[in-house]
Amino acid sequence: MNGTRWLIVCLTFVVAFVLNLIPLPGWVLPYRPDWVVLVLIYWCLAIPDRFGTGMGWLIGLLVDVTNANLLGVHALGMATLAYLTSRLHLRIRMFPWWQQSLSIFLLLLIYKSLVGWMRSLLGELQFDWMYWMSSVIGVMIWPWLFIVMRDLRRYARIS
Amino acid sequence: MATRDTRARSSDFLRLVLLICLSVVVMLADRRTDYLQGVRFTLAMVATPLQLIASTPDRIGTWFQDLFTSEESVNQANTRLRGENMKLRARLQRMQALEAENASLRRLLAAAEKVPDQVLMAELVDVSLDPYTHKLIVNRGVTDGIYVGQPVLDPQGVMGQVTETMPFTSAVTLITDPSHATPAQVERNGLRAITFGTGNPDKLKVSYLTHNADIKLGDVLVTSGMGGRFPAGYPVAQINEIIRDASEAFLRITATPVARLERSKQVLLVWQGISKTFSDNLKDSE
Repeated sequence: MNGTRWLIVCLTFVVAFVLNLIPLPGWVLPYRPDWVVLVLIYWCLAIPDRFGTGMGWLIGLLVDVTNANLLGVHALGMATLAYLTSRLHLRIRMFPWWQQSLSIFLLLLIYKSLVGWMRSLLGELQFDWMYWMSSVIGVMIWPWLFIVMRDLRRYARIS
Repeated sequence: MATRDTRARSSDFLRLVLLICLSVVVMLADRRTDYLQGVRFTLAMVATPLQLIASTPDRIGTWFQDLFTSEESVNQANTRLRGENMKLRARLQRMQALEAENASLRRLLAAAEKVPDQVLMAELVDVSLDPYTHKLIVNRGVTDGIYVGQPVLDPQGVMGQVTETMPFTSAVTLITDPSHATPAQVERNGLRAITFGTGNPDKLKVSYLTHNADIKLGDVLVTSGMGGRFPAGYPVAQINEIIRDASEAFLRITATPVARLERSKQVLLVWQGISKTFSDNLKDSE
């Protein structure tokens, strides 16, 4: 994998970060899927040898800075998520689409509960059922995101 | 083959454990110290451009709006603003006289002299952060002299305080954030109270007031200056509900923030006038 290909991976993250930050009216916000997490899961499935726990941690740290959170909260969550995804990548790749979506949903829930638990310990967050809404929307978007990202990856010959 | 695979897996797991430990260390360090300011600054080199890109649609929108605003409405706005300016100037004249009088009275009492606060206007970087924190990004940072703990106001009242600074931007935690508490007092009688954020953008909780406390619906809470974070006398919230439940030790009071937390596009960052202490004044008068 050379420089240009890494650049494309970086660009997908830039787009994901921007989609996560774009201003929306207040009532839509809880429904916004976590694009960065979805893109992270995709790359952990597609190129698990090059993209794993360490990268997940770095991306998480960047999420903490853009969201003005305490440093380390999302880093911990994303490192764990990246680890689990790369451990399970062979199985998840083999699954039919609905099983794949189900496992992605579970991964998203694990990530959300880990981050939510830490943030409520820190007193930053009060749980309500809307907190899980972004994972539901995220898993609904996953099949389409997967197709778009796969086409991009094949076009750029990233493997 | 199998052994190599298990070795790779266990090294992966080891890396995860190390990173988790590192995250916890980072969290503690970031909460208790400011050693990690350098790390935050470095990451802000990437994060700030991302925030600016995300806020462009809004800026383009404003630009178009400006482009197609008719001359008539600009003129109307101009006349209105001129009128407002005149009124404010008239009030300011009286304020200046009062300020001078106040200063001389304080000098007579040899009490601490109040120095007027300095302000800097900042604009919001229009991004929607995660909905569970009540934070805003403003377009002023360390290079403008912004510091952590700096009070932030809008024309109506107190909005919050700066909690993270980066080279060109900083993050403001609003008074409605669940982790924020504001020392306040009732404007009418000086009764001290603390308001707590609830996570609801138009609701504050006023805690620890006993059943015989003199507080009424519609009372305005202003900053008390206790704790030294917020300068005294800026409006914070208005009481809109008092529940007297005899089975509870304290009154259950909710208040609405006075500042337009969700609508203000421009905010004011305040440098508190450093007031001279009692002993300084004594030295001066000698």
